[in-house]
Amino acid sequence: MSAIPTQAGAGRASARARSLVLATLRFLVIVVTTYLGLLAVTFFIGRVIPIDPVLAILGDRAPQHVVDRVREEMGFNLPLYQQFFLYVKGALQGDFGTSVLTTNPVMQDIRRVFPATIELATLGTLIGALFGIPLGVLAAVKRGSLADQIVRVIGLIGYSVPIFWLALLSLVLFYAKLQWAAFPGRVDVVYEYSFTPVTGFYLIDATMQGAWDVLWDLIRHIALPACLLGYFALAYISRMTRSFMLNELSQEYIVAARAKGLSETRIIWGHALRNAAVPLITVIALSYAGLLEGSVLTETVFAWPGLGLYITNSLQNADMNAVLGGTIVIGSVFIAINLLSDLLYRTLDPRTRTR
Amino acid sequence: MMKMFNGRARMLASSAALSLLMMTAPAAFADTPKDTLVEAFAIDDIITMDPGEAFELSTAEMTSNTYDLLVRLDPTDTSKVKGDLAESWTVSDDGLTYTFKLKSGLKFASGNPITAEDVAFSFERAVKLDKSPAFILTQFGLSGDNVTEKAKAADETTFVFTVDKPYAPSFVLNCLTATVASVLDKKLVMENAKPVTPTDEYKYDTDFGNEWLKTGYAGSGAFKLREWRANELVVLEKNDNYHGEQAKLARVIYRHMKESAGQRLALEAGDVDVARNLDPGDLDAIAKNADLASTSAPKGSIYYISLNQKNEALAKPEVREAFKYLVDYDAIGSTLIKGIGDIHQTFLPKGVLGALDEKPYTKDVAKAKELLAKAGYPDGFTVTMDVRNTQPVAGIAESIQQTLAEAGVKLEIIPGDGKQTLTKYRARTHDIYIGVWGMDYFDPNSNAETFTSNTDNSDEGKNKTLAWRNTWDVPELTKETQAALLEKDSAKRADMYKGLQKAVLETSPFVVIFQQTEVAATRANLKDFKLGPSFDTNFVSTVSKD
Repeated sequence: MSAIPTQAGAGRASARARSLVLATLRFLVIVVTTYLGLLAVTFFIGRVIPIDPVLAILGDRAPQHVVDRVREEMGFNLPLYQQFFLYVKGALQGDFGTSVLTTNPVMQDIRRVFPATIELATLGTLIGALFGIPLGVLAAVKRGSLADQIVRVIGLIGYSVPIFWLALLSLVLFYAKLQWAAFPGRVDVVYEYSFTPVTGFYLIDATMQGAWDVLWDLIRHIALPACLLGYFALAYISRMTRSFMLNELSQEYIVAARAKGLSETRIIWGHALRNAAVPLITVIALSYAGLLEGSVLTETVFAWPGLGLYITNSLQNADMNAVLGGTIVIGSVFIAINLLSDLLYRTLDPRTRTR
Repeated sequence: MMKMFNGRARMLASSAALSLLMMTAPAAFADTPKDTLVEAFAIDDIITMDPGEAFELSTAEMTSNTYDLLVRLDPTDTSKVKGDLAESWTVSDDGLTYTFKLKSGLKFASGNPITAEDVAFSFERAVKLDKSPAFILTQFGLSGDNVTEKAKAADETTFVFTVDKPYAPSFVLNCLTATVASVLDKKLVMENAKPVTPTDEYKYDTDFGNEWLKTGYAGSGAFKLREWRANELVVLEKNDNYHGEQAKLARVIYRHMKESAGQRLALEAGDVDVARNLDPGDLDAIAKNADLASTSAPKGSIYYISLNQKNEALAKPEVREAFKYLVDYDAIGSTLIKGIGDIHQTFLPKGVLGALDEKPYTKDVAKAKELLAKAGYPDGFTVTMDVRNTQPVAGIAESIQQTLAEAGVKLEIIPGDGKQTLTKYRARTHDIYIGVWGMDYFDPNSNAETFTSNTDNSDEGKNKTLAWRNTWDVPELTKETQAALLEKDSAKRADMYKGLQKAVLETSPFVVIFQQTEVAATRANLKDFKLGPSFDTNFVSTVSKD
């Protein structure tokens, strides 16, 4: 209450600073070990699989003398630990080598394909949160009712059915049978050159350039995969919302609010949901990270030219530099999102700061 | 109090329904534009677009549509070649010097004139880069040291090519139809070349534009390469400077699609005009659809199994013969490869000079058992086969597994990714391998050399042919193969290859099963879409749409 810091106040402040430093340190240690682990595991898996990377570079029909020469050029004749050392050295400088498949530096490829994944995952998360939160609230408020049952079944399906399977089914239904959705891909090849990608986020690019027919085509392409990813996010978000809300609704302050005669709407949306929102942020952030990472299969089914498809293709072609680069980027995003949600959590809920 | 919530829930539900409806509003399915051909095609094998380096099947089709050659295979009679950039050519009496006269007024897509200098440069570049397909040229005695002498421009329109031995002219000309001999725009290429520090392995101070040409273009074909995005698409655009008949369409787009089912869906919906990789099942379905048509052509690729002679049991001549009786050719022909291949048992595909169309083997378990008993295996034995997990090879492997079991041979299938099985095969650590062999260039020597010659059967052998990979030591056949190259009389040359095929049919560890038929299903409004006899003769410049 007083503007002059009391002794106890200063003590709290220094404790808070200490905890922040500790948290940062712990985070740094986690980041470094995670990176090293990622690098080591992906590198050694890439080297022990019984596939000759030189064949991946040269194709099936290369004559032997060319194969031998390239093996030497690529340093595959060096001992494994030396190869790993060189790899880590490059990776630390942001150089993940050249992709065999596209002949471009891996980082350049990732910069090109990643916006597609972000666009899809963001839209998926938005759809998931937009529908998941109200559904979760509804289920909690009407606990045990038919509405609750329905929400829980929707969540259960989203939770237990493999995403690629549902993707295939939806393609057969909405593309092949009903012909509502567009052909897999991000944009029709015909529109491929009728607008210039600037940001790499095509929806934004097309809007900025006023290419409305392209925009419509983009929407027709993204609708199905985004709804599908949205559904999976929804399943998770609605379930968590429901349980957070149930927890809040059983708290004493809700009883007090009711006793004060507050309207049920204000109690639910104004009080309970507001308090449930703090853990929900983590849930949404996690499901966002999950969609970014889990896009590998969805992108393959929908021929979505994002990071997931890039990694899948690279794997199939034994293009290990690209696989490693892609994996590390996804790992970084995961770490970053976790950190961000952690920070938000701390900002929004003072109780967590000293923990 | 709950009323409000219900009101909100209703609003929410209706807005959800509305947005769902918006997103899936039935849009009219637009066909592909009239001036654009869209093909669904598995193009994941493309690793470079540089004609001096590219050696993959899909790339061959792109290169042949975008680059010109001196001479081309005559698609109507594949035993002949016809001039492309070359107006005419002569062979010297000693059979060593080939002189080509270029057509006049030729231009690259860039607008630069095409001269004999460009042809000489293209040869020099391919030889000096020494990438995968370079051996097609270097086998004529060309090396980095002598190429400027042996392949040179005598004047603006005369190109002179000197070979080291009096080879059969048909052999030399057939090799010059390969995509590695494509003519490149010297000026444009060298403008984009990167300096290189010479090493012992690479003695030149330039990369001859190799890095740029991986995705770039410097040709004069009916189409220009506009873009290649790995595993996504290839876009070709009409070249207005083309010397021959102008392409009918403005643009050709190859969309990478691997799965047969997906290609069929896209074709039926009208999102693509052509589907190139269809399974027998999807082909059947397409035959019943009046909006679609299909076309096919036998291709130069053959499917075979081979028995590694390092395996004691498989090295017995009787066992080799027995395996030829343990393939159910009829069943495979009528189901697994129906529409996409024809039973074929000799190593030269139909359509190639000297190809022998003999099918002496049918499934005969009793005879096979007899042979196995004679070899000392009355109760059979156990053996493994490396199988790539794609169709139709996986299905064929299973079929063979069943028929072998009838004779007591237990076959263990080791499934793997293509590069995985190939890695093992090239290291000759397999027992049995099932594979496909496509011709490197349209001449009988291409297959004869790999199936029947093995110059050094040691593990260190430099010339790693298929015979070598299977440890099949055949000095006599190796000699005969080399002799066939020097036979000038085409009829006699053909006979020599027939003899080689007979020998392989009877004694080799190769069980040739079928020759691939390439099939394409198209929308009915497509006109003049044809598949050529080889993978680099699928031309798209004649295609138009109604």
